[in-house]
Amino acid sequence: MAEPGKIDPMYQFEVQPIAHLFDIAGLPVMLTNSAVWMLVTGLALWLFMLGGMKQQLVPGRWQVAVESLTGFISSMLTQNIGPEGRKYTPYVFSLFMFILFANLLGLLPLGLIGISPFTITSHLAFTGILALVSFSIVLVVGFWRHGLHFFSLFVPHGTPLPMIPVIAPIEFVSFMVRPFSLGLRLFVAMTAGHVLLKVLAGFVINASNAGVGYGLTVGLASFVLMVGISALEILVAGIQAYVFALLTSLYINDAENLH
Amino acid sequence: MPQIGQLSLDWYLVSQIFWLALVFGAIFLFIGRGMLPKVEATVEARDRKIANDLAAAKAARDASDAIEADWRARVNAARADAQGVVATAKAKAAKDAEKRLAKANSDAEARLASAEAEISQARNSALAEIESVAVEVTQDLVTRLSGAKVNAADAARAVKAGLNV
Repeated sequence: MAEPGKIDPMYQFEVQPIAHLFDIAGLPVMLTNSAVWMLVTGLALWLFMLGGMKQQLVPGRWQVAVESLTGFISSMLTQNIGPEGRKYTPYVFSLFMFILFANLLGLLPLGLIGISPFTITSHLAFTGILALVSFSIVLVVGFWRHGLHFFSLFVPHGTPLPMIPVIAPIEFVSFMVRPFSLGLRLFVAMTAGHVLLKVLAGFVINASNAGVGYGLTVGLASFVLMVGISALEILVAGIQAYVFALLTSLYINDAENLH
Repeated sequence: MPQIGQLSLDWYLVSQIFWLALVFGAIFLFIGRGMLPKVEATVEARDRKIANDLAAAKAARDASDAIEADWRARVNAARADAQGVVATAKAKAAKDAEKRLAKANSDAEARLASAEAEISQARNSALAEIESVAVEVTQDLVTRLSGAKVNAADAARAVKAGLNV
C-alpha cells in the first residue's frame, strides 16, 4: 500500500502482525500492533485507576479525577435507568474508560519519537464487537426481565390499533440497526479524524518539498489547521466515548423499563 | 480501507476478537468489578460522613436553640418573679407608710385636741380668775370711793354684767 515517498493516509489503520501465537479453530492468532495498543490502553487505565485508590477521606487531585469519572458514569446510569441502573456501572464504566483511553492514546504524537500510535477504536471489528456486546446485554436483560413481553418494545405506548402493523416493523428495524449505528459511529468518527490529520500532514510535507513559497503558504496554513483539528479530535475522543456509554445506557434502559 | 480490506485475512478477525476479549475482559474484571466498587465505596463513605456531620451539627444547633429558649424562658420567669416581688414589696411598703402616716396623723390630732382642750380650760380658768379678781377689785374700788360695803354676790353680779356686755 505505502510505496516509498508516497504518503498514504490509510496506512496508519493497517493492523501489523508481530508474532504468531497459537491457533483457534485453525485460524492463527497473532500478536499485532492493535493488540499491543489494547494492552497499553488497559495498562494506562489500570495506572490511572490505581492513582484514585488511596481511598482518602479528603481526596487528592488524582483521586478527585478518578472519583469524578466514576460519579459521572454512575449518575448517568441512575438518571437514565433509575436506581437499578447502578448494577450496570461496572460494564458501562469499563466501556467508557476503555474507549476514552484508546481514543486519547491513539492521538498521542508518538511519531516524534519513532513509535507510530495505533488507534484501536478506528477499527470496525473492534467497535462492532463492543456494540454487539452492549446489544447482547440489552437482549439478555430484556428477555430475562420481561420474557416475551419484551416484544412490546416495538409497539410504543398509545399507538392506535390500525397503526401497529406499520409502526412495529419500523420500530423493529430501528432496534436491529442499533448495534450497527453504535459501532459505526465511533469507528467512522475516529477514522475520519485521523485521516484528516494525516492528509493535512501530507499537505505540510509535500508543500514544503515543493518549495519555500508553497511551504510558507499552503504548508503553514495546513499546519495551523492541524493544530485546531487536533484540539477538535481530543474533544471528539471524549464525546464519542460518552456517546457510546450514553447510548448503551439508554438501550439498557429500554430493556430494564421497556417504554 | 484496511479496516474492511483486512477482514478477508484469516488472522485479522480472530486476533482482534481474541485480544479485545482478553483486554476488555480484564478491564471489566479488575477495574470495573475490582477497583470501581472501592472508589464508589470511598465516595459513599465520604458522602455518608458529610451527611452525618451535617446531621450532628444540626442536632447540636437544635439542642443549643432549645437550651437558649429554655434559658430565655427561665430568665423571663425570673424577671416576672422579681417584678412580682418588687411590686408586692412596694405595695407592702406603701401600705406600711400609709398606716404609719395614719397613726401619726391620729396621734397628732389627739395631741392637738388635748392641747386645744387644755387651752380652752386654761382660758376658762383664766376668765374665772379674772372675774374673781375683778369682783375683789370692784369691792375694793367701791369701798375706797364711796365707803360703802358691797357684798361679794352683788359685786359678782355687777362684774358679770360689765364683762358680758
